[in-house]
Amino acid sequence: MVKYLDEFRNPEIAQRLFDEIRRMTTRPWAIMEVCGGQTHSIIRNGIDQLLPPEIELIHGPGCPVCVTPLETIDKALKIAAQPGVIFCSFGDMLRVPGSEKDLFRVKSEGADVRIVYSPLDAVKLAQANPEREVVFFAIGFETTAPANAMAVYQAKQLGLRNFSMLVSHVLVPPAIAAIMESPATRVQAFLAAGHVCTVMGYWEYEPLVERYHVPIVVTGFEPLDVLEGIRRAVAQLEKGEARLENAYPRAVRREGNTAAQKMLADVFEVTDRAWRGIGVIPRSGWRLSERYRDFDAEARFAVANIRTQESPLCRSGEVLQGLLKPNQCPAFGKECTPRTPLGATMVSSEGACAAYYQYGRFVQVEETTVAPSV
Amino acid sequence: MIESIDFTAWSCPLPLRSYPTIVMGHGGGGKLSAELVEHLFAPAFRNAALDALGDAAVLTLEGGRLAYSTDSFVVRPLFFPGGNIGKLAVNGTVNDLAMMGAKPQYLTAGFILEEGLLVSQLGVIVEEMAAAARAAGVQIVAGDTKVVDKGHGDGVYINTSGVGVIPEGVDIRPQRAQPGDVVIVSGEIGLHGVAILSVREGLEFGAPVESDCAPLNGLVEAMLAASRAIHVLRDPTRGGLAATLNEIARAARVGVVYEERRLPVPPAVAAACEMLGMDPVYIANEGKLVAVVAPEEAEVVLEAMRRHPLGAKAAIIGRITAEHPGVVVARTGIGGSRVVDMQVGEQLPRIC
Repeated sequence: MVKYLDEFRNPEIAQRLFDEIRRMTTRPWAIMEVCGGQTHSIIRNGIDQLLPPEIELIHGPGCPVCVTPLETIDKALKIAAQPGVIFCSFGDMLRVPGSEKDLFRVKSEGADVRIVYSPLDAVKLAQANPEREVVFFAIGFETTAPANAMAVYQAKQLGLRNFSMLVSHVLVPPAIAAIMESPATRVQAFLAAGHVCTVMGYWEYEPLVERYHVPIVVTGFEPLDVLEGIRRAVAQLEKGEARLENAYPRAVRREGNTAAQKMLADVFEVTDRAWRGIGVIPRSGWRLSERYRDFDAEARFAVANIRTQESPLCRSGEVLQGLLKPNQCPAFGKECTPRTPLGATMVSSEGACAAYYQYGRFVQVEETTVAPSV
Repeated sequence: MIESIDFTAWSCPLPLRSYPTIVMGHGGGGKLSAELVEHLFAPAFRNAALDALGDAAVLTLEGGRLAYSTDSFVVRPLFFPGGNIGKLAVNGTVNDLAMMGAKPQYLTAGFILEEGLLVSQLGVIVEEMAAAARAAGVQIVAGDTKVVDKGHGDGVYINTSGVGVIPEGVDIRPQRAQPGDVVIVSGEIGLHGVAILSVREGLEFGAPVESDCAPLNGLVEAMLAASRAIHVLRDPTRGGLAATLNEIARAARVGVVYEERRLPVPPAVAAACEMLGMDPVYIANEGKLVAVVAPEEAEVVLEAMRRHPLGAKAAIIGRITAEHPGVVVARTGIGGSRVVDMQVGEQLPRIC
């Protein structure tokens, strides 16, 4: 697997792609990579520093940890703190600040909060602990949804009465539409999230290309994947075209994974969803469908009427919409660091603020090289 | 690996009173405590200083400067592929001393036992400590045992402290890193952390991964015999290589630049990191060191390391620079660069 990956990190091919992008670029372009995984790859590999200065990458709202609404985080904290509950979550949700605390804090106060690597592990926990209530924090885009759907499906098949999910799934196409509808938007092309399209296909994006006359390129995550996505987007922009292109054909087909889509359609239904820092986007999320409503943790635990309080300093909403670069935020690196995050974008390694803080704080490092003698 | 440990094979040299498990009385200072010392600890660690069973060990040290260190071990699970908490506790302190250029000589061991721990399990841990001490050429000369109520500990916690003498003319500390120096890592990184993760979470990453837990004093001795131009030694344990390089950069007010492509990352560690969204430079090692060496002596030191079994895969990964003091920079595989900061708290697996 790792050897295979090396092919998509080849420095010579990367250099050729950089050269080609540089050659074809005649004026400034703003391209949004939708997915946090791509933001991570761009910053981690230093791709943004090596692009011609005309190309601006705008980091999109595609970090599921970052856009999970504060209200949902507070509900998670409340459920996790209840006696008898085993609260299961992906690792990077634990440090996301709620109104007052985070899951780590609740854990240190005695709650049974566990990091799981798959929602199916939470189902196993529920089977092994019939006297406990096991709750899984089901967040994420279309990518993580099939496994979460499978967990509920299995729980239903097994007749588990002590398993439930706190669901806050979000969908990419409505977010792209919302960004294009915003009068402040500067985005001229999108790199669509390859893994989301692996599940959902890319037919959903074709109407967006039409309606907003914006190039959308389905793009992978390795350095060469990202560069190829950028190259194709720039090529379209320079020619004044707006087409849907698939630059990730080794993983993505137009129709996507139809078996997964069938399962998703059974378990989930579309709903309006609030995105942290952005606001409510119509029909931009999934909740459990009528058939699986018994597994809804929000209904099982009384967690309505939560009053939330965002940090007044945090401007993660503007960052998520691509209106503000993380290091342009007055709190960046001062009041707000990965140690003391004010907003979720500073927590997850896929969050734009955390990625900037970890990898990009010192721009002058560009000139530094390791001597050839080494 | 863990299944292969047979606790029933361990037998007490003189049978302890009929307690197969640790009870509160083993920490009470009475007969049970004494039996634990006489029949379990003393026979395993046997040496003149310990056998005197005084309130303190009386030691003779050759002249020179003394290095003195302590470390506590709270690893879960107690037994993992490539080692256990006992081996870790001895090698951890041995390595801390060796990183100052000292020759480790004497260790103490403090045990906090949880009520209900199998005495046979403790026996295996203690035997492993004795074996690790022999391998490192150190003696465990004093100890202490306390017992806590069931549910108040993870079986065993061990604290070790140790002393060693620093040879004349050796001055190794993080502050001595200077621009131009070369950064060497002694072998493959990330093995201990991934080994622990794989058993703790029941994950598999292709080939089974064993901890690299090992005493580094022999390797350090070989390096010092080859050159005295070694400015810094550091073992990248918790926080991994990234934490160690950051500590050096901050202590010496220098920059560190390394090339990602030169890092010795074994395939299983690379696979684990890909799967979990982690970075090998943040993963713990227990038998590796980072050396900062004057450039003209770098090849000599590297050769000496490669001749030692624990340094066979040693590699030059980067250098110390006057630019960006206090900051560690990685040159990425495709020619970009990025800042490598210390991580905050634990490294968390990413969602997707």
